[in-house]
Amino acid sequence: MERVEFITEKEVNTESGLRTETMMLNMGPQHPSTHGVLRVVLHLSGETVVKAVPYIGYLHRGIEKLCEHITYQMCLPYTDRMDYLASICNNIGFILAVEKLLGIEKEIPERAKVAEVILFELGRIESHLVGIGTNALDLGAVSGFLYCFKERERIYDILEMVCGARLTTSYPRVGGLPDDLPEKFEEAVQNFINIFPKTLAEVDKLLTRNRIWIERTKGVAYISAEDAIDLGLTGPALRGSGVPYDVRKAMPYLGYENYDFEVPVSNDGDAYARYLCRLEEMRQSLKIIEQALDNLPDGPYIADLPEVVLPKKELTYTRMESLIRHFVLVYEGIKPPPGEIYHAVENPKGELGYYLVSDGSGKPYRMRVRGPSFVNLQALPKMVEGAFIADVIAAIGSIDIVLGEVDR
Amino acid sequence: MSLDLQTVVESLRNNFPDTITDLTSFRGETTLTIKKKRIGEVCNFLKKDFDFKFMVDITALDYLEFKTPRFEVVYYLHRFGLEFDENIRIRLKVVVSEEDLKVDSVVPVWSGADWLEREVYDMFGIEFVGHPDLRRILMPEDYEPFPLRKDFDVRDREASKRSFERALNEGE
Repeated sequence: MERVEFITEKEVNTESGLRTETMMLNMGPQHPSTHGVLRVVLHLSGETVVKAVPYIGYLHRGIEKLCEHITYQMCLPYTDRMDYLASICNNIGFILAVEKLLGIEKEIPERAKVAEVILFELGRIESHLVGIGTNALDLGAVSGFLYCFKERERIYDILEMVCGARLTTSYPRVGGLPDDLPEKFEEAVQNFINIFPKTLAEVDKLLTRNRIWIERTKGVAYISAEDAIDLGLTGPALRGSGVPYDVRKAMPYLGYENYDFEVPVSNDGDAYARYLCRLEEMRQSLKIIEQALDNLPDGPYIADLPEVVLPKKELTYTRMESLIRHFVLVYEGIKPPPGEIYHAVENPKGELGYYLVSDGSGKPYRMRVRGPSFVNLQALPKMVEGAFIADVIAAIGSIDIVLGEVDR
Repeated sequence: MSLDLQTVVESLRNNFPDTITDLTSFRGETTLTIKKKRIGEVCNFLKKDFDFKFMVDITALDYLEFKTPRFEVVYYLHRFGLEFDENIRIRLKVVVSEEDLKVDSVVPVWSGADWLEREVYDMFGIEFVGHPDLRRILMPEDYEPFPLRKDFDVRDREASKRSFERALNEGE
């Protein structure tokens, strides 16, 4: 490994005869505003960033490799640990990918689909709250952060009620939901719908026309629409540059084509535009949740597919046939036909894609995760080169990365 | 301009005869296998003439015991339609043999391919010719094996140990 020099470039100005130096500054991996273990090596001329080089991989756990050795069902908990701020979205994305590989999308009962839409949008709100909150915190607006985190707790309470876990949900199963929704689920979501717009208005009031917030984010970390597409950005980072691309509209899954919602777009391409997109997306998510809750049907919550779905627990304990089925499914796993699929979902941070290759056995031959944070982070050097060092923090916050997903 | 996947494939066939070696369709997704030498040209053509502006993903597959040549590099491209339902996706594949682990880079076509190609290099050891900065991205820079190859032993910790000791000795 090459030795790192503190002073990277020396130059003597020919006119004035003054000596200038470019200084190297190491930001991270242990730095609160890099949102985890991101390391950025900044080459500075005074306070201006000349060059920024991100180094990643400090959180690399090799999830793609680990998943090659375990059955499809066992992969599910690993997906929580990628974008852990919206683990439920990652889970649902993976489940949908396996269902597509199996070719059983049409068999999934309506109740499971609608419930998954509600949970997915709750996950989106949860992630955007952290995204906006921490971006504000990094720039010194602590109160905005606290308002966001207070509301996030309510979502965690709903998730805990549904699946027993708050952060690492591992919730739906291939084929639908593992158990029916708890009795008080609808009431709790309704309660959240009633309370949340008030907090959203407060966050809006605290930041949107806040002069300090505008000064710190407007015109900062600019990226044009052409560059954003060229770099492969997705999610609010792309829509903040004026490209109305949303997987929910482009390639609908879970019946998103039946819901009435807008894809918010902002044309400025700066950190402020991305903030506005996130804020509006939360309103749209709320609209989707409202519609879904109104249309939540009764009926079965898991598909009737014995070769994919585990039998009910009480049957496993009392009946021989169910016990055998349970044993085979757990021991050998779900066996999709040989083939390969790519399934994308619109995660809060952008397009999350699972590329699954099956060789016909119970374990994925290859599971590739296209993490939106990984691809979006590529835009960082472009955003910050030529800007001030303080803007780097605004830029990282506004791309909204989760290092668990960048490094996987 | 409204067009469908069929038109794209036809046009590719006409403009690049004998370049498409295989076409498969599974669950509504189309995969084209392209000759390795032509991948840069094909990608350029798809971007310029058919507006495949968005590079979704690049990854690789290792078919150690199942196929020779051993590796496949997979490209996944997206075209933004005027309407949301006019979006087209296409998957391109390139076969790479173990003796010649070199593929032309597509970074000149899409700059977003930069990190994706670096990851493929890091995990499979496939080199991308013409990549501006081909270094390891997730693993330490002096790490030797390629982890996502099928003959990589997950329990073998020697390589990580060596890399860690080197870092300690250098006082990084």
